Amino acid sequence: MSSKLYFRTIADLAAALDAKQLSSVELTQAVIARTQAVEPRIHAFNSFDEADALAQAAASDARRAAGQSCGPLDGIPIGLKDVIAVTGQPLTASSKMLKDFVSPYDATVTTKLKKAGAVLWGRLNCDEFAMGSSTENSAFGPTGNPWDPTRVPGGSSGGSSAALAAGEAIATLGSDTGGSIRQPAALCGVVGLKPTYGLVSRFGLIAFASSLDQIGPFTRTVEDAAIVLGAIAGHDERDSTSFQAEIPDYRAALTSQRGPWKLGIPKEYFAAGLDPEIATAVEKAIAFYQSQGCEIREVSLPHTQYCLDTYYVIATAEASSNLSRYDGIRYGHRSAVGKDAVDIYAHSRAEGFGPEVKRRIILGTYVLSSGYYDAYYLRAQKVRTLIRQDFLHAFRDVDALLTPTSPMPAFKIGEKADPLALYLCDIYTIGVNLAGLPAISVPCGFTKSGLPIGAQLIGQPWKESNLLAIAHAYERAHDWSAQFPIF
Amino acid sequence: MSSAPALDIDHIAKLARLALTAEEKATFAQQLGDVLHHIEQLAKVDVTGVEPTAHASPIFNVWQADVAQPGLTVADALRNAPAQRDNMILVPKVVE
Amino acid sequence: MNYEAVIGLEVHVQIKTQSKMFTRVATGYGHEPNTLTDPVVLALPGALPVMNKAALDAIIKAGLLLGCEIAPVCKWDRKNYFYPDSPKNYQISQYDQPICLGGSVEIELPASARNLMGEHKKIPLTRIHLEEDVGKLNHGATDSLVDYNRAGTPLMEIVSDPAMHSAEEAYAYLTSIRATMIYGGISDCDMEKGQLRCDANISIRPVGATHLGTKVELKNLNSISFVRDGIDHEIKRQIAVVERGGTLVQETRDYDGQTGTSQSLRSKEMAHDYRYFPDPDLMPVRVDAEWKTRLQAECPELPFAKQRRFFEQYQVPYSLTSVLVWDRMLADYFEAAAQLAGPGKAQAVGNWIVNDLLRELSRGSAAAVGDAALRPRSPARDGGLAAPADAHALATSKVRPAHIAALVNMVDAGTVLTNAAKEIFIEMAATGDQPAAIAEKRGLCAAPIDTNELETWCRDAIAANPKAVAEYKSGKDSAINALKGPVMKAAKGKANPKLVDETLRRLLAVM
Repeated sequence: MSSKLYFRTIADLAAALDAKQLSSVELTQAVIARTQAVEPRIHAFNSFDEADALAQAAASDARRAAGQSCGPLDGIPIGLKDVIAVTGQPLTASSKMLKDFVSPYDATVTTKLKKAGAVLWGRLNCDEFAMGSSTENSAFGPTGNPWDPTRVPGGSSGGSSAALAAGEAIATLGSDTGGSIRQPAALCGVVGLKPTYGLVSRFGLIAFASSLDQIGPFTRTVEDAAIVLGAIAGHDERDSTSFQAEIPDYRAALTSQRGPWKLGIPKEYFAAGLDPEIATAVEKAIAFYQSQGCEIREVSLPHTQYCLDTYYVIATAEASSNLSRYDGIRYGHRSAVGKDAVDIYAHSRAEGFGPEVKRRIILGTYVLSSGYYDAYYLRAQKVRTLIRQDFLHAFRDVDALLTPTSPMPAFKIGEKADPLALYLCDIYTIGVNLAGLPAISVPCGFTKSGLPIGAQLIGQPWKESNLLAIAHAYERAHDWSAQFPIF
Repeated sequence: MSSAPALDIDHIAKLARLALTAEEKATFAQQLGDVLHHIEQLAKVDVTGVEPTAHASPIFNVWQADVAQPGLTVADALRNAPAQRDNMILVPKVVE
Repeated sequence: MNYEAVIGLEVHVQIKTQSKMFTRVATGYGHEPNTLTDPVVLALPGALPVMNKAALDAIIKAGLLLGCEIAPVCKWDRKNYFYPDSPKNYQISQYDQPICLGGSVEIELPASARNLMGEHKKIPLTRIHLEEDVGKLNHGATDSLVDYNRAGTPLMEIVSDPAMHSAEEAYAYLTSIRATMIYGGISDCDMEKGQLRCDANISIRPVGATHLGTKVELKNLNSISFVRDGIDHEIKRQIAVVERGGTLVQETRDYDGQTGTSQSLRSKEMAHDYRYFPDPDLMPVRVDAEWKTRLQAECPELPFAKQRRFFEQYQVPYSLTSVLVWDRMLADYFEAAAQLAGPGKAQAVGNWIVNDLLRELSRGSAAAVGDAALRPRSPARDGGLAAPADAHALATSKVRPAHIAALVNMVDAGTVLTNAAKEIFIEMAATGDQPAAIAEKRGLCAAPIDTNELETWCRDAIAANPKAVAEYKSGKDSAINALKGPVMKAAKGKANPKLVDETLRRLLAVM
């Protein structure tokens, strides 16, 4: 356990708060001070509101003093990716388009965190409209990786992973469309969970690709992930894609669900392009599970090579339509150029969106346009069916799949200029979104140069309890999460 | 790699309401040509008889009862409006 | 050369719901601008749509009423286009899987006279689908103002086959749809409030040809008479172009009902490419037999069916049913009164309702709304339908079906005479008192007439009119009327016409 408050876990801090060894105001002050100290180097936040956070913390302390604590998150500072709506707070999606936008409503996860007593802390940087794998696509500048601020924290939820790794929050929320929680978690050495599609409400989450987007937590430990997931999961009648599932006690399941499990190793995920140091680290994790009596099986997901293409067709098509609402009419950036409404659209959007967003809107518009729909979009939806079937077929024999999270560790800011090269960062994470599955990235070592490595566990739909328990078994036997960046 | 012959960037940019610069058009056409070239491999997959997946786990008949609930105040509705008059959103004249 | 017009109509009907199609903020008309919005209506970042169950019920009901096939599964698609009245810049609609397929609309064309039934036809439907309405743009000289109150209101699009051939047919079609929607409680179809809107696709071809000519879409047919006038105008315009040797172009034209002219709309985006794709934010709809059966049970009998039944069951002539059936409340009122009055008296009941009750109601509503008398009429005749003022007037009228039934029976029994009954009716409408009580109070009961005296008057009349007697004897039944006049005159109008008729016939029979 770290002696520094801002590096401690929710579980540990909640116990200290309950024992009155610590107040939420003290904890929040520590997090604020840490944030102010490291932000110039990390730039994980688009904005934060110290007075608001301290007021929430004081209210939490008052609840605890009155014996009305809302549970383990009461008084814990949690940062939110700047794509999740909070009433009265900015909501920018790291885009010039929404630079001055203030949300008049709360996302469902925001409401749930407020109910759980969490101290909502800041708006976290990300790739613009969650499009990217490095957080370099933010209109407000890139975020640095706390392990080496000249490197990217991953993306698109890079502000969420970096803030947590740097001690600027105790937990954070991100969103994952093709790996945007798991990949930055891996690159920053923290735990990142992408729940089953439909488990966490998307109401109030700025949509990138509606059929793939899912909100999830970044935490220091698997146990903390179980705590946050328990608070944000559950059916929401304002999200038609939200599933009516019973929410189990994920935290209790960590110890109640015991192995040995059957783990599948998809051979396609260990092919060319994987960094050898990452391969070695993940193989050690496989060996660990084997040593614990787990059965390890090689499995095949034969359509893996089509995941990236399928993803880029579906995600950009949905995005091209989802982002049509940003037109400078009702809100957002309105261009001074343009004589009539039609010009206003084209110029506001050209000025408000960055290059990656424009590229994806163009691609998405193209694949949906007259004459190309069947060849691209419809075909991609069919291949998506095959990809999902691959996973479900594998799950007949195994409880979970174990893979690397990212083919490469954190790279230098500005190193990858070619969009296609960046798209390849997501090859191990994208299939999970296409199939709607839960997956978690857990730290599993460091490269020789000291950069974190993540292993990905992919679970069966709605079996987060099992997935978390499998991850927890690994984490308990290793001390990766007890290591912190030095700066 | 060459840009895909089918991607008429002027037409698509117009559909998408994006006033791209000549430079952007050139860059995007080249970059997206590469991406489309990659995507071409989807044509190799045999999808005969395969149903498309719109949702990973589809459910049916997700609705709410028709009971009106309070909405936004006019102030909240218009608080982010770039231009407004008489509690309405002001836009330049719409030319048909 | 003679030309035939080919017309298809796209009719948009706003569904009457409390909340919007994909969010639960209230719907409404005439509210202060932008007071009926929420994050979903304004398409704020992060907002998501959720279906309105009542709107689905309503469109399935509409489909059942019009004989459509209800799709077992349907889905939602996004229609992508940019316009300031469309907050998301896509409209949630149904592209290739509409909820209702096929079906037809029964229409009646005008006959040569108002009291004659016109020709009936069935206009086939292509489909009906559900979508959401857009906001309202108020165009100024230099800028436009947008009000999103209407945005997101449930909207049904009823698409006909290109199967109509005249403005009259299109007009009858629209009025029939309107009556059906009002009957089914699906919409109030008030065109002034934009609850019913109509676009027409019109082409012409030489009579006898089977191909379709160049299609012109006529927009903004925003009142029931503009539909007829606008289509008529467009058919004439197309024929004139062709006869001058010109060529018709496929275009969209805007009809101006005030000037009776149309203008080509030059859209800035010439080629529409809506990039339809399934909306990933919404789940598909599955309609099972149980759901359909439940809604079928709520479907009312439609006006034309009712008209046929009233004729068969009550022998009520077209001149009355063409008035009675177009307002569901009035038809129900008639049927209640006819049931109470008993067999053989339905026509008399109908006469009282159509002639006397509606007059009293229109007096009342004219006073109430300060407007010209409004009354339900057959749409085949002049397209008017029960205005809410009428419905309200009928619901609150002091004359209930039981009053009418009682009055009809008093006249039939000879307790009161026709002229007295008219007076009783007026007082009944004012006070709601029972007709017998009014007759009693005001001394309007027919005086009992000595049968011997009546027989004497009858014999006198027979004796004085040998010509009429001869005609009657030779088989001309109506000749007996010539004998009734003198009898009534002798009785100073107080004789029971039924008794006079019986007495005359008895005496003539033995001659």
